[in-house]
Amino acid sequence: MAMEVTATSGDKIRCDACPVMCYIKPGAAGACDRYANHDGQLVRVDPHIVLERTVEHGGRVVPFQAGGDWDGKIVRQPDVFVTAIGAGTTYPDYKPAPFIVSSEVDGVDMVTVVTEGIFSYCGVKVKIDTDRHLGPETATVRAQGEAVGHVTTGEYGSQMLSLGGVHHLTGGSKKEGRVTCDTLMDLSNCKPVELTIDGGATVIVQAGYPPVVNGVAEERMRVGCGSATIGMFAKQWHGKVDEVVVVDDHITGVLSEHQAGKLLDIPDTGIKMKGRRSTPGRYFQVAEPGTGWGGTNISDPLSVLGPFNAREARPGLTMLMVSTTGEHSGYYVLDEALRPIEAEMPPELRFSVERIQENCEPALCTVLFMGGAGGSLRAGVTDNPVRLTRSVKDALTRVTSGGAPVYVWPGGGITFMVDVTLMPAGAFGYVPTPALVAPIEFTMKLSDYAALGGHMDYVRPLSSLRDSAELRPMPYIPGRRA
Amino acid sequence: MNRRPQIALLADGKRLHLQDGPIDLIVEANGIEANVRAAYEAAARRFTGLLDELCAELTDLRSAADPVRTPLRGVVARRMHAAVAPFAADCFITPMAAVAGSVAEEILDTMLAVAPLDRAYVNNGGDIALHLAGREQFTVGLMDRPDAQGAMRTMTVEADDPIRGVATSGRHGRSFSLGIADAVTVLAKTASQADAAATVIANAVDLPGHPAVFRVPACELQPDSDLGDRLVTREVGTLTEHEIEEALEAGSCRARQLLASGLIEGAALRLLGEAVMVGAREIVTPHAVYKNAVRNLLQV
Repeated sequence: MAMEVTATSGDKIRCDACPVMCYIKPGAAGACDRYANHDGQLVRVDPHIVLERTVEHGGRVVPFQAGGDWDGKIVRQPDVFVTAIGAGTTYPDYKPAPFIVSSEVDGVDMVTVVTEGIFSYCGVKVKIDTDRHLGPETATVRAQGEAVGHVTTGEYGSQMLSLGGVHHLTGGSKKEGRVTCDTLMDLSNCKPVELTIDGGATVIVQAGYPPVVNGVAEERMRVGCGSATIGMFAKQWHGKVDEVVVVDDHITGVLSEHQAGKLLDIPDTGIKMKGRRSTPGRYFQVAEPGTGWGGTNISDPLSVLGPFNAREARPGLTMLMVSTTGEHSGYYVLDEALRPIEAEMPPELRFSVERIQENCEPALCTVLFMGGAGGSLRAGVTDNPVRLTRSVKDALTRVTSGGAPVYVWPGGGITFMVDVTLMPAGAFGYVPTPALVAPIEFTMKLSDYAALGGHMDYVRPLSSLRDSAELRPMPYIPGRRA
Repeated sequence: MNRRPQIALLADGKRLHLQDGPIDLIVEANGIEANVRAAYEAAARRFTGLLDELCAELTDLRSAADPVRTPLRGVVARRMHAAVAPFAADCFITPMAAVAGSVAEEILDTMLAVAPLDRAYVNNGGDIALHLAGREQFTVGLMDRPDAQGAMRTMTVEADDPIRGVATSGRHGRSFSLGIADAVTVLAKTASQADAAATVIANAVDLPGHPAVFRVPACELQPDSDLGDRLVTREVGTLTEHEIEEALEAGSCRARQLLASGLIEGAALRLLGEAVMVGAREIVTPHAVYKNAVRNLLQV
């Protein structure tokens, strides 16, 4: 909505929306934060933003629509599922302000049917789909220079990080705890976080998005290791090229030596690989790990080859070199001195490289929040906390986090993991302990609830929530949110 | 007048929202229904035209306050001056430093003049005037990061405490700060006093000349700012723990002086995740999520 502008002075405009008559510079807002100078025009900026802020910061109890059939054992999901988000918080009422009279807290408490747990024992497990070397196993992972976790195992096509945990949250310096807490909260709220790995890469991690390793966005997961790629594509290469090397930091594959090549009677080519031979046609450690070809540190693939053996090699022999994602590739022909010389790749080989790319899934970062529900949290649910644990283990009580399904670890306590992308936006908060605040809901039959010592005096019908709580329609999708 | 203030009940049907230009009030009164209604009607009447009243004297309100004299005539304008006057001898301060608290106080006083109330507050963008009678109390939540959920600490003000004003100042607010504090929250006898003191203490949380602090003349941001070409804080970069402590200590030192002279009842100072309490410790508790939260249930 544009308003009449009464007077201008240079690039400033004078707002006549109220008697304060602010002079407003371009790109700035007046004293009220409601009217702004947008390219010399006075525009009203508040209604939409305030609404958004109210929703974003408000986070009253946020029920959302849920569906699914009752299996007869666990209580049927009600049409409206009440999440724990905002259940235990005071918050700015109309606009964010550091201190707010929390007269509404009582109201919010009364609609609290679920809890936000404070988790000092919590962290995130991050899966980063990449073959690039992010750092050695057990290397320290840092955010803003502070240790927030470590590199753990390499998994198929991905690297795992374990971040947070009680030692980083409360066992180190104050700053370490604070930075760890911020990192966990931002990752859990699906925000991007820059992590630096000692002796390794800098990676930007955001749940549901491709990792950015040393400034380069990862596009695809590898189709398989170098050996597997040979196995998958040997037939497609047969007759079109004499030799194929699939460069991979884990297992580099060589077609002529590989079992798949042998079965196709592909003749020896006199190729000489660097690295340690595992079984025929499969090589470990052809180069150092890195962010180049196939997760190695090389940019010139010929550097993994020794000289061709003159007994089997011949001038004119053709060779394809390709990485496990198809992202890097080259076509070579041996010259008279049996040196591989790069040449233009024939279309049918180009096609096979594209086929490798096509078979690589999009690389993503995934973040699982992991936390344990402590005794006091459980005591909020029942007079006899251990019965809640038993009830969860017996599958009488269903645990969800922000309405998202969780995996509850076997064994003692209620330690669960949840995919943060399935949770509503802004589900996580923190307290300066430091610890994370995460929503957790326990759903059970009323009779079971009574049996485990529930606070029956506080049970109230859902219908009484509808007037006072924000309703946010959100279809129940057993998949990814983004 | 081609504009009318916004006067409406919020969606809960309990709280009144009053907005005019830069003034934005959330009002709630508790008591006998007829009294609450009378109080709200009085608040709405008083609010209408209040901004014009202030703007009529805007030039003087934006000028440095004299510790003794003032040319200001309006009730709210004079209250603003009275709130900043104790600081005017030592430092540059204009009555604008107390505008939010003074307006809140005026509306609350108007409500109480027409009807007895058990409990009431007028929240002017975080600067709050309180009324408590009998055994009533207020719980005030302190947010650490407005973009995160959850109050970090709560403070309970009882009817027999002398506190009737709460105000917050810092570099993130709508008005500019000469200091680097993220937020300084002050408890005082009145909202106008709390407002002025919060400004002064927030200005004192500082590391003068520190290279990681980016400052800009106020007039470059708002041409008609009462701070003129004084440097106001825009960004605070990385500070060491020791520097954070030093800046907070400078602010606490000022806060302790004001506490000793009876100008405030307590203060909470926050900078880059660190917090310091002055005089308010006994009423501040870490936010008890467990106590408030829960009771699980589910409707079957």
